[in-house]
Amino acid sequence: MDREMTEPPAEIITGAQSLVRALERVGVDTIFGIPGGAILPAYDPLFDSSIRHVLVRHEQGAGHAAEGYAMETGKVGVCMATSGPGATNLVTAIADAYLDSVPIVAITGQVASGVIGSDAFQEADIRGITMPITKHSFLVTDPADIPGAIAEAFHIASTGRPGPVLVDISKDALQGPTSFRWPHELALPGYRPTSRPHNKQIREAAKLIAEARKPVLYVGGGVIKANAAAELKVLAELTQIPVVTTLMARGAFPDSHELHLGMPGMHGTVAAVGALQRSDLLITLGARFDDRVTGNLESFAPNAKVVHADIDPAEISKNRTADVPIVGDAREVIADLVRALQKQAEEDGLVGEYSAWRAFVLGLKSKFAPSYDKPAEGLAPQTVIERISALSGPEATYVAGVGQHQMWSAHYVDFERPRQWLNSGGAGTMGYAVPAAMGAKAGAPDRVVWAIDGDGCFQMTNQELATCALEGIPVKIAVINNSSLGMVRQWQTLFYEGRYSNTDLNTGPESIGARRIPDFVKLAEAYGCVGLRCESEDDLDDVIAKALSINDVPVVIDFVVERDAMVWPMVAAGTSNDDIKIARDLAPDWEEDDL
Amino acid sequence: MSTHTLSVLVENSPGVLARVSSLFMRRGFNIESLAVGPTEIPEISRMTIVVNVDKLPLEQVTKQLNKLVQVLKIVELEPTAAVERELMLIKVKTDQQTRGQVLETVQLFRAKVVDVAQDSVTIEATGDAGKLAAMLNVLEPFGIREIAQSGRVAIGRGSRSITDRTLRAVPGAQSVV
Repeated sequence: MDREMTEPPAEIITGAQSLVRALERVGVDTIFGIPGGAILPAYDPLFDSSIRHVLVRHEQGAGHAAEGYAMETGKVGVCMATSGPGATNLVTAIADAYLDSVPIVAITGQVASGVIGSDAFQEADIRGITMPITKHSFLVTDPADIPGAIAEAFHIASTGRPGPVLVDISKDALQGPTSFRWPHELALPGYRPTSRPHNKQIREAAKLIAEARKPVLYVGGGVIKANAAAELKVLAELTQIPVVTTLMARGAFPDSHELHLGMPGMHGTVAAVGALQRSDLLITLGARFDDRVTGNLESFAPNAKVVHADIDPAEISKNRTADVPIVGDAREVIADLVRALQKQAEEDGLVGEYSAWRAFVLGLKSKFAPSYDKPAEGLAPQTVIERISALSGPEATYVAGVGQHQMWSAHYVDFERPRQWLNSGGAGTMGYAVPAAMGAKAGAPDRVVWAIDGDGCFQMTNQELATCALEGIPVKIAVINNSSLGMVRQWQTLFYEGRYSNTDLNTGPESIGARRIPDFVKLAEAYGCVGLRCESEDDLDDVIAKALSINDVPVVIDFVVERDAMVWPMVAAGTSNDDIKIARDLAPDWEEDDL
Repeated sequence: MSTHTLSVLVENSPGVLARVSSLFMRRGFNIESLAVGPTEIPEISRMTIVVNVDKLPLEQVTKQLNKLVQVLKIVELEPTAAVERELMLIKVKTDQQTRGQVLETVQLFRAKVVDVAQDSVTIEATGDAGKLAAMLNVLEPFGIREIAQSGRVAIGRGSRSITDRTLRAVPGAQSVV
């Protein structure tokens, strides 16, 4: 029977009310945003909603906060902005979410439909601008279409390979009359992500795994997105195959596990890079052969066959041809692989034998653990990060910016659980840490959330300290302050004869000839946060302990560190991973005979 | 590099063409020809895209296209198992002496004259790319004043239809979880 005949006539509401009702219906509890002209109608019903709106200071902060919220909670993060500059300020965060497959929905106001295309005040074609960096986008000009667009946006953002979805709503659609009608079905005939892996491919993969002599589990961020860490542990322990976790996958497998070789790539561990290079089978799970992992592609893992499992078919054989492609959700793929390997062992007696290989790579691991020399004077940045991790433990969440402090965090924080580590991997967005930490803390108020940031990154988005202080989001910010754009400076040291063109930020103390502009302690205080400073290893633990004891306001610590510390190991851009250096001009001694 | 003809069925909604062309530009794929038009199903449009890529990049093209939410189906048409046509309108300079020769060329290529002026004729020709190129070659000495050419459209030979199954997919939708 026709539904409309049996239901009472629907209440007439505005498009804006319909939007807020739709957001409540999909389970949104937090939105990060800033109002403005075109989105203004939406803010009126939001005032009465159960949804918490966090008023940020810059829309980029809203976007990264939505990402941090999503990565921490596993739910879709939501940010909201007005038309024109409000919307364009979201662009960096949307691009970041696209490259790191973070499920967010960005809702933007648009000028009234009648003037779209006329260069009206605060008009920008945000859908066109974000087309290459969104998974999908909507332009809604009819209030009746709002609930459907929201339902579809959340479905697309969170299923398949997660990603950002933009919903641009014209002001007249927000103001116009409508009745709330939740779609019973989604009209997405062209969107059918495959999550169930193909049985035949799983059997092929299991066969290759049993035949291999030097296999490696090459684990990417997809394993975290798919909540597959428990399944991965079962697979690794069943097969006793060594594991590497990419920058996006740190925490997907415990660092404390014997089989864990650490992070591969440009700044990866010798064990992880060396294992991939010498492997005869890469079991690739939710990773995408990013150039930062492979280095020079032609010389990457030259003797390895490749099993490549990914939810996104376009990632498979994009950079490296797969021998066994598997399209599917990482959790289902790994669970199926475990079953297939067990069955194969029982029925055919096929079990892989990797003990010599394991001994070799574990030897690399113990011989070439990431290490650093402490400077004669001053505080080593690596020590700061090690101590923050030791004193805060793996139940805390660690959010990094981009650069040296990010790489040191990837090595020297002890990662034991998935979603313990949030960072901007694909886009490399400086300024990610503070707002993403804010979003993570808003999503998980009971966790200790550390932003480990650089002095360069911190100055890009630290306006969100005001938001954190006023909204009761007590994050802890460790500024690893080397008074420079450290990673760029490192490259200038190594590749530009120490010509430090435009990398001195002058945030350090007078003792190194810097002017301490700004003074991060004073800045923290100006924003209503507690500001602390640490300049020596002697009081390092005390300062961290003090920061950990303050849980009602945000804390910023200015860790004044030695500026010449470099990130090692390193594979220079464009060269082969075989040319990894563990310190300047120092290559590891591989002792190939061991194998 | 080799040429491939893709038939792409898309939802007939605003922005689809922009998405497809934006994708080609961003991923660095080269479009040789693009034609869009309605199909026998009002909700579905058909794009015929001719790309010039190697086999492996072609796989990337189709995989990336498939990820677009409004793309319903992609079929690569093999030239031997498909009919491919382009339409061309050609304005050729003529005078008393040459008009006869031009009209003879039109007949030879089974084209037709759609407009005549004192000093020119406009010819409508359809065919595959080879035929149109040959015809242009012959007309060239008379003086070509203007050309308007369509993108390529193509359809598979035989009774099978690529829209059959897609038709069923459109009204049926997934339920909200």
